[in-house]
Formats: sequence, C-alpha cells, structure tokens
Amino acid sequence: MSDVNSAIDAVWRIESAKVIASLARITGDVGLAEDLAQDALLAALEKWPQSGIPDNPGAWLMATAKHRAIDMHRRSKLLERKHEQMVPELEERQELSVSDLDTALDDDIGDDLLRLMFTACHPVLSTEARVALTLRLLGGLTTDEIARAFLVPEATVAQRIVRAKRTLSEAHVPFEVPRGADRDERLSSVLGVIYLVFNEGYSATAGDDWTRPALCEDALRLGRVLAELAPTEPEVHGLVSLMEIQASRLRARTGPKGEPILLLDQDRGRWDQLLIRRGLTALARAEQLGGERGPYVLQAAIAACHARARTADETDWERIVALYDALAELTPSPIVELNRAVAVSMAYGPATALELVDALQSENALKNYHLLPSVRADLLMKLKRFPEARGEFERAASMTRNSRERALLLERARECER
Amino acid sequence: MRYMTIYKSVEREAPPSQEHIAAMEKFIGEISAAGVLIRTDGLLPSSRGARVRLTDDGKLTVTDGPFTESKEVVGGYAIIDVSSREEAIEWTKRFLEVAGSGESEVREMYEQPAFDVDPTQPSLHNTASRR
Repeated sequence: MSDVNSAIDAVWRIESAKVIASLARITGDVGLAEDLAQDALLAALEKWPQSGIPDNPGAWLMATAKHRAIDMHRRSKLLERKHEQMVPELEERQELSVSDLDTALDDDIGDDLLRLMFTACHPVLSTEARVALTLRLLGGLTTDEIARAFLVPEATVAQRIVRAKRTLSEAHVPFEVPRGADRDERLSSVLGVIYLVFNEGYSATAGDDWTRPALCEDALRLGRVLAELAPTEPEVHGLVSLMEIQASRLRARTGPKGEPILLLDQDRGRWDQLLIRRGLTALARAEQLGGERGPYVLQAAIAACHARARTADETDWERIVALYDALAELTPSPIVELNRAVAVSMAYGPATALELVDALQSENALKNYHLLPSVRADLLMKLKRFPEARGEFERAASMTRNSRERALLLERARECER
Repeated sequence: MRYMTIYKSVEREAPPSQEHIAAMEKFIGEISAAGVLIRTDGLLPSSRGARVRLTDDGKLTVTDGPFTESKEVVGGYAIIDVSSREEAIEWTKRFLEVAGSGESEVREMYEQPAFDVDPTQPSLHNTASRR
C-alpha cells in the first residue's frame, strides 16, 4: 500500500464513525449513510494521491458524502411519487440538511455517534450482526479485519452486515437515543456488544491464539468513546473500568511460547500500571455517580481487588466473595456461581468451594463449559484427590476449542500423575 | 498499538496564552473522546530540570537546566492507543497544528506481543523481564 493510501486509511479510522453518524441523521438510514460514506472514501482514494491530503480531511470526507446525499436526493425526487409514504419525512430532513448543513454536522456529532451506537446494537439484530455492525460503523474496521478477528470467512461478515442494514431499514428502526423504560435495556445491549468484543480478544474462544489484543484495543476504544458520550451512566464507566483493568494484565497472561498464565501465577510487575490507574479512576467515577451497583460496576470492583493486591497472597478474597454475592443476586447465572466458588475456595478453603461446584454439575448452561471441570479439577487437586482431578482436567481439555488452553489443561492433568 | 509521541520545540519564555490553552484543551478533548489518548503531560521549563549523563568510561555528570545548548527541548509527551503507525502520525499532525512549530517524535512502545516474540532475541527478553 502506498503511503498516501495508508494515511487515508488512518484518516478513515478516525473520521468514518462521525461521517456515518451525521449522514445517518440526515438520511434516517444507517445503511444508506454507510454507502454514502464509502463513496466519499472512494473519492478520497481517487483524489488525494494527486492533490495530497487536505488540511482538514474529516471535513472533506463529510462535505463529499453530504454532496452525494444531496445529489441522490435530487435524483430520487423524480421517483418521489412512487414512494409517497416516505417523502414528507425525507423531505423535511433534507431541507434541514441543505439549509444549515455545516452547523448541523458539527454541533450534534456526539449525539449522532450515540444514536449510531444504539442503532448498531439494536435488539432487532442478532448478536453477531450487532458485533459486526458496531465494529464496522463505529470502530472503522474493514469487513476483512472483522472476519480475521472472529475467524470467519469475509463473505460471512459481509453478508451479516448487509442483512443487518436491511433489517434495520425494514424494521423502521428510528435513528435515536432511546429514552424512558427502553433505555436501560438498550444500553445494556450496547455494553454487552462492546464487552463481547473485548472478551473475544481477551480469551479467544477458538483458534491457536490465547488472546487477540487488537480486539481488546478496539473494544476499549469503543468503551472510552461511549464514556464520553454517556458520562452520567455508571455502568458505562463500570464497563470501561473492567476492560482497562483486565487489559492491564494482557502482557502478563501469556508466556513466551504463547501459553496462558492464569491470574494468580502472573508476574504482577508486568501489569500495566497506566491502565490500572485508568481503570480505578473509571470505577471511582462510576461509584461517584451513585445508585445501585450494576453488573459491570460489580465486576470492575472485583477486578480492582486483584489490581490493588501487589501479590496474589494479598488479595482480599473475602471482599471478592461479597462482591460475587451481590453480582449473583443481581444477575443470577451458573457462570457467576462458578466464579464465586473460585473466590470461596481462596477465602474459605477448597472443600467448601467443591460443594458449590458440585451443585452446579447438573446445570444445563454449563454442560459444554470447559471451565466447570477445570475449576473442579483444581479444587480436587488442592484436596489431593489426584486421580479424580486428572480426569476432570482431561475432560476440560477435551471441551475447549482453544489449542493453547487445551495444552495447559493437559499439562495440569499430567501433574496429577505424580 | 501503543505509541509515545514526544514533542520538542524551541523553549518559549512566555507562558502559553489563554487562547492557546483553550485550543489545546479542545484538542485533548477530541483525542480523548476518540478513545485514543491514554495519557499526556506537558513539561515545566528546562530551567527546573537537569541532564544526567553516563559516559562510556563510567563517568556520571549532572548538568542543571536550562538546556541552553539545545535548540529544541522536550516540551511534553502523549501515550496513545491507535490501530496503525499512520493513525499515530495523523493524530500527531493534528496535535502539532495546535501546539505550534516544533517536532514530534512518534515512537511505538514496546509491548509484549502475544505470540510473535522470537525467544532467540535476548534484547527483547531483557526488556520484558525488567518490566
């Protein structure tokens, strides 16, 4: 790629979400907005190698896309009578856009971005579609980059995005920030999508890599953007805090050969103090906002307990158990119970924890969850019940789809033979 | 990818104008809102600092500021998370437009990559173990 082209890519990464968000407000259609923004990108790729990159490349892209929108609107006027039900609304929007375009484009950019986030994560879409659309529209990732990140064919991602845009348009999903009762649920969908992207980077569910840090960075970036857009939502800061603190351990959780290193075995000197500090600041912000602590704030508080402990032995496990109690009450789930059991084992010993884990054995939701036998194996090992522990490690190994993790689990199974 | 950008300019006598400060705050607001800025700080005049040097023959010298012998001195730095070197450069251009004439060094920070560490490279390992 030429220098100019990679510079254009960089500009696109910075500006595309804003351009798409503004156009989506003007046209009322996210799919159309993205097409127009893509046209502007193509125009830039054509023009800039000769003319050089303009002083304000973002404004250039915006103006170009805007002109396309107006051209298209003029052309479509010929067809107006065929779409009479759509016309008045579109007309109104267009009039507004033509009259005070520039102020409209500049002023509400934050609101537009927030609307775009809520729309891309709309519950009418499948989870995969929300993820793909969010990374594409707000993260500025190409279809190919998304495909590589999630280890699926590019055509699949392209399909997902096309279908998602069509679904939004067919369902007449309004381009707006939800208010009232709807808002909490919609916000939790946005947070869920960002955290899912983060987790896919943090412990890749499949493939040969244990972590894919680039995805964590994309998610963190989206989270930080959201925190600026919705600064009064404690759960947003909770999520950002959780991600910053977890990301602080990224370089400590992989050994030189790519093997996973678990939390308590990590060299804490390699934790990123800069991110820890940002994480603790975000948590403090969430707590200052008050209200009942939501699931992300609670998880961030748990992560913060680990971050504050200089050695694994200094971990305040009793506090972690109490936080898990609150989390289990708020969002009861077998996975939370399993994590709670791990904290219990550290605070009150493996025998108590094993009872909790055994009670989870019949949970359908954990039937294929490799961490259940893995945690159970760990507890059995601590109780010196080695043959049982070995069987459980092997069972866990056969269940994970991540090859690095499998190797770690088999290694631990072998340790039980001694 | 994490970059550090280090800004060097002719050391200015006068404190920055209100206008300049406002423009810089606006820029910092933008780069934060983009989720890119991790940390940034400006540095106080070099007259309050010192240079400490260790020579090849093991001699340590301390020179008090101001660093009058240097044409340009470091005035501030930023640590940013970006997706490419080009993106780091693009943000740096925008920073310089606000900061004024001078030069920014754009340097990728060493981060333990997940897998592509070559274990035969001792220098990388030494760096890693010191962290």
